[in-house]
Amino acid sequence: MEKFLYYLSYPMVRHALIVGVLIALCSSLLGVTLVLKRYSFIGDGLSHVAFGAMAIAGILKVSNDTFVVLPLTILSAIFLLKSGNKAVIKGDAAIAMVSVAALAFGYLLLNIFSASANLSGDVCTTLFGSFSILTLSIAEVWLCLALSLVVIVLFVIFYHKIFDVTFDEDFARAVGTKVDFYNLCIAIIIAVIIVLAMNLVGSLLISALIIFPALAAMRLFKNFKSVTIASAVISVICALVGMIIAIMTGTPVGSTIVAVDVGAFFTCLVINYSRRGSR
Amino acid sequence: MSYISCDNLSLGYEGKSILDNISFKANKGDYLCVLGENGAGKSTLLKTILGMNMPIDGLIEFGDGLCKHDIGYLSQQTEVQRDFPASVEEIVYSGLQSSHGFRLFYSKEEKELVRRSMERMDIVHLAKSCYRELSGGQQQRVLLARALCATKKVLVLDEPVSGLDPLVSSNLYSLISELNKEGIAIIMISHDLQAALKYASHILYLCNKPFFGTKEEFIESKQGKLFMAMKDMEDN
Repeated sequence: MEKFLYYLSYPMVRHALIVGVLIALCSSLLGVTLVLKRYSFIGDGLSHVAFGAMAIAGILKVSNDTFVVLPLTILSAIFLLKSGNKAVIKGDAAIAMVSVAALAFGYLLLNIFSASANLSGDVCTTLFGSFSILTLSIAEVWLCLALSLVVIVLFVIFYHKIFDVTFDEDFARAVGTKVDFYNLCIAIIIAVIIVLAMNLVGSLLISALIIFPALAAMRLFKNFKSVTIASAVISVICALVGMIIAIMTGTPVGSTIVAVDVGAFFTCLVINYSRRGSR
Repeated sequence: MSYISCDNLSLGYEGKSILDNISFKANKGDYLCVLGENGAGKSTLLKTILGMNMPIDGLIEFGDGLCKHDIGYLSQQTEVQRDFPASVEEIVYSGLQSSHGFRLFYSKEEKELVRRSMERMDIVHLAKSCYRELSGGQQQRVLLARALCATKKVLVLDEPVSGLDPLVSSNLYSLISELNKEGIAIIMISHDLQAALKYASHILYLCNKPFFGTKEEFIESKQGKLFMAMKDMEDN
């Protein structure tokens, strides 16, 4: 405990905790929608795109990666969600295609152009997250705060619409809701979340941050509002616990958080089964 | 003026027409059944009426105070809905989406409308229940209540009784028929010839030579006789 308080006296640890909690909160919000729309893997696909974009940003030597990564990821998100049922290459195939292509080109570009002495270390960091969350600059913390705030506000404003277009797209269309517009908004919000979450868990583990809290909450609750709130709460608690464990024991931040998320999911699964059994 | 009138409509996807010469009218208080074989284009017609699909040729006109999106729609169940964690109440409230805007909370009138719709469908006691745990008949009544929140004029139903057992089906049919008697126009896709002949006031039969007319005219028509004979053969 004392050790923890000692760590907490460092501003960078406090920043990391704040940013981590916000990212966890944002990423859990749309999880329910993505899982139900059968888009669980879009997080994965987009994060690979973000990895590719990061490689490009690195080569261009842009001061802040986010300004390259964010627009590119948003564009891919729009492409993936928008193409939906009309596309030549459908859903999962499109995601697989975009994600491996981005991954391959990203690594290729890094290999050709990188001046870094420790290339595999850099790549590993981008893929699995790192302690980079502990080395965020003040500007990055603010950017992260602003983006999370935008995501949360948008989610609250669109809450009913998100429910409408997730539950029954056809009905929504029939009564004149602009389904395509809201799907577009969802795509953009997801892209923003992915770019945010890359700082925390790295691009390979983002899907976990998005879907595990939602899946866990869906075991426990049976209406949309409760599931949404529960998944936010679960996600925040898991992120906090994960980060504290990581800081105390020196384990990698991203994988520790995801491990805690997995634990939470199985706990909820067991609770659900025992409830059913006792009935 | 009719709620909905179509004159020489051609339907299809991506410029290829699958159905031509569709003409029909739906007036206040009508009960229109759309019959036809599988693949005859019944669902395409509904989607076109609802504005999800553009007609290839011809026009759909809305009149008598009906706006394009004033239509309540009871769709077929989708994959997503089968494991969607939503309470009955949340789903019925989503019927208000077109008029609701971005407000986070609902007004008194909206709550009243939802309560009335749920009472009408006899699902008030299920308000907090989880939708996916209800029986098929209850689920359809929830979706009907939602549709009633969206419209007071026209209900469009896509095979509302598919997958329901006979007793539940007939309950649902009489519920729909009551709504019709209260003045709501019904447009329903159906496989169920018997029910169509029992409840409908008008029949639209989709085939190479589409037929539209009152039920009595349909029974006397060439297409009608052929279709009924075919159904008889299927049943035996």
